[in-house]
Amino acid sequence: MAKQSIQTIKMGLMAISLFALVACSSTSDTEEGGMGGEGSAGSGSSNSSARTNPGSTSGQLSQEEIRAQNALRQTVFYFDFDVAEFKPADRETLSFHARNLAANSSMRIRLEGHADERGTREYNLALGERRANSILNYLIVNGASRSQVEVVSYGEERPAQAGQSDSAYSRNRRVEVVTR
Amino acid sequence: MNLRKSLHSFLAGSLCLLSFTVNAELSIQITQGSDNPIPIAVVPFSLRGNGVLSEDISQIVMNDLEQVGDFSPLSRSNMLSLPSEEQEVFYRDWRILAQDYLLVGKIDITPGSQLVQVQYEFFDINREVKLAGEVLTGSVTQLRDIAHEISNVVFEQVTGTRGAFTTEIVYVVADYISPERTNFRLEKADYDGQRAQILLESVEPIMSPSWSPTGRDVAYVSFETDLPRIYIQNIATGDRQQITNYPNLNSSPEWSPDGTKLAMVLSKDGSPDIYVQDLATNQLIRVTDHPLIDTEPSWTADSRSIVFMSERTGQPQIYQIALGASSFEVERLTYDCFQCLNAKFLPDGVNLVHVRRETRQDPNYQIAVLNIETLRVITLTNTSLDESPSIAPNGSMIMYGTKFNGRGVLDAVSIDGAVRFRLPSSQGDVREPAWSPFLN
Repeated sequence: MAKQSIQTIKMGLMAISLFALVACSSTSDTEEGGMGGEGSAGSGSSNSSARTNPGSTSGQLSQEEIRAQNALRQTVFYFDFDVAEFKPADRETLSFHARNLAANSSMRIRLEGHADERGTREYNLALGERRANSILNYLIVNGASRSQVEVVSYGEERPAQAGQSDSAYSRNRRVEVVTR
Repeated sequence: MNLRKSLHSFLAGSLCLLSFTVNAELSIQITQGSDNPIPIAVVPFSLRGNGVLSEDISQIVMNDLEQVGDFSPLSRSNMLSLPSEEQEVFYRDWRILAQDYLLVGKIDITPGSQLVQVQYEFFDINREVKLAGEVLTGSVTQLRDIAHEISNVVFEQVTGTRGAFTTEIVYVVADYISPERTNFRLEKADYDGQRAQILLESVEPIMSPSWSPTGRDVAYVSFETDLPRIYIQNIATGDRQQITNYPNLNSSPEWSPDGTKLAMVLSKDGSPDIYVQDLATNQLIRVTDHPLIDTEPSWTADSRSIVFMSERTGQPQIYQIALGASSFEVERLTYDCFQCLNAKFLPDGVNLVHVRRETRQDPNYQIAVLNIETLRVITLTNTSLDESPSIAPNGSMIMYGTKFNGRGVLDAVSIDGAVRFRLPSSQGDVREPAWSPFLN
C-alpha cells in the first residue's frame, strides 16, 4: 500500500516537473520545502519545491532531490508472509536512505522488525529480526555505517493493526525506520 | 501427617506472596467434558462454629475434579443424605445413585482466631472402604489451598497420578489502551485462573515466562530498556535481576530441569542460535551454529539435551542436540509437517508436544503430540492460532494460548484430547501460559 502511494507521488512529481519546464516558471522554495502528506501527491506537489532551469542539468538534480525526499519519507517497509527479504520494489527507496545516512554520519536510526501473529511468538521474534537485518545489510552495502543503525525485533508483540484479517496481517509484516 | 506438615509449610510460604490482587480474574469454563467420566459425590462440608467462610471448599473440589475431566460430580440436589463424617455414611445411599466414590468433610472455625480445621474422608463406594482422610489446618484466607490439596488426594487415589491442583500458572496480558499504548503485565494465578497477582507491569512487551524447577523464580524477556533482555525474578519477594545484555536478540529463556542452567536464544553472532548460560558461573556455551533461525529451546528431563526449532531445511522443524555435541550431531525429530514449532517432551520423554501447521495450504497452527518411537501424531486442538503449549507437571494437561472472538485466551486440553477448558480473560489479550512445577 505504501509502496503504491510512493509510486503515485513520483509520477505526480514528474508530471508537475514537466509542466514546470514548459511554463518556465521558477519558485523560491528550497529543497526543504513542504510536501503534501503521504498519498496526496497532487495537492502536495502543487506548492512543491520544483526548481526548474531549462537547458541546464539542475532541473534533473532537483528532481533527484525530490525523489530523495519522497524516499526518505517512506519509513515503513512491508514484507510478504514468511519472507524475510524486503521487496525488490523498495530497493531504490532504501538506496536513498543509505545515501542519506552516508551523507550524515551523526545520524542514527533504529530498524524495528515486526511479524504478523501467525506462527509462534519466538519464531516471529526471530523473523522480525531477519527482516530488519535484510534492510540493515542493504543500507550498509550502500554506504551507511553499521554504528548508525540499531536493529530490534518486536516479533508479533506490537501489531500496527489488530485483528485476524489478511489486510491487518499485511500491515503487520513490516520494518519501521525510526530516526533517533 | 506428612501431608499435613507439607501443607503447613506450603501455606506459610504462600503467605509471603506479593499482595497485589487483580480484579480482572480469569474464570474457568469447561468446553468439553470426558466421554466416560467417573461418578463421584462431593457432599457439602458441614460448618461448625460461628462465621461465614469466603470460599465453598466442596464446590472448589467439585470444580477441580470436573474441569480436569475424568470425573462427573453428582449434583447436590440429587443427594439422599448429607453425611459429614464416616459414621454418617451409608454406602447404600450412594450405590443407588451409581456413585463410585464419596468425599465428605467438616470445617471447624476456632473461636477468636483466623484458623480453620478441615477434616475430610474419602470412600470407595463399591468396595465400602475409606481410602483417605485427615485434618488440615490453615488460615481462613487459605481455603482454596486446602480445597486444592483435597482434590490432589482424591485425584491420586483414583487415577494413581499425582494431582496438579495446587500448581500455578504465569502468563502475559496485553491491554490495548490506545494505538500508541499497550500495557503489558506478567501475572501469576492458581492453575484455574483464580487469585491472579501482577508480577510485573510495563508499557514495553513482556514475553516468554519460564519457571525455575523449584517454583521460586521466573525468567522472562522484557523490552523495558527498548531491547529484548532476559530477567530473573523471585516470585515471593519481587526481587529481579537482568541476566543478559548481549547485542541483538536475547530471548526464549528456559530453565534446565536440574536448575543449574538457562537455555536461551541469542543473535549476537549473526543469526538466532541456542546458547546455555550456567547460572552459577555465568559461563555461556553456544549450542547451535547455523545461519538460519534456531529458536524455542526446551530441555530433555536429564538436562543433557535440548530440543529446538530450526528453519535450516527451509521451514521450521524440530531438532534435538546433546549439550557438548558438535553442531553436525543434530537429530531431526519432525518430518511430516509443513511447519513444526515450539516443541517440548511430556514427562514420559517419548511424546513430543508441539505447534503444528500440517501443510502449506492449511493456514492453521494447532497443538499436537508426536510419539517419536511410533511416529504417530495426534492433533489435540481444532482452533487455528494455537501457540505456547505448556505441560502440567503431572503430564495430564496442556495449556496454550489461542484466539477466541479475536481475543487472546488460555485454553487447556487433556493429553488424550478428551477434556478441554478455557480461562477467558475479562480484560486484555492473555497469552504465553507457563505451568508451574509441583510447588509443595
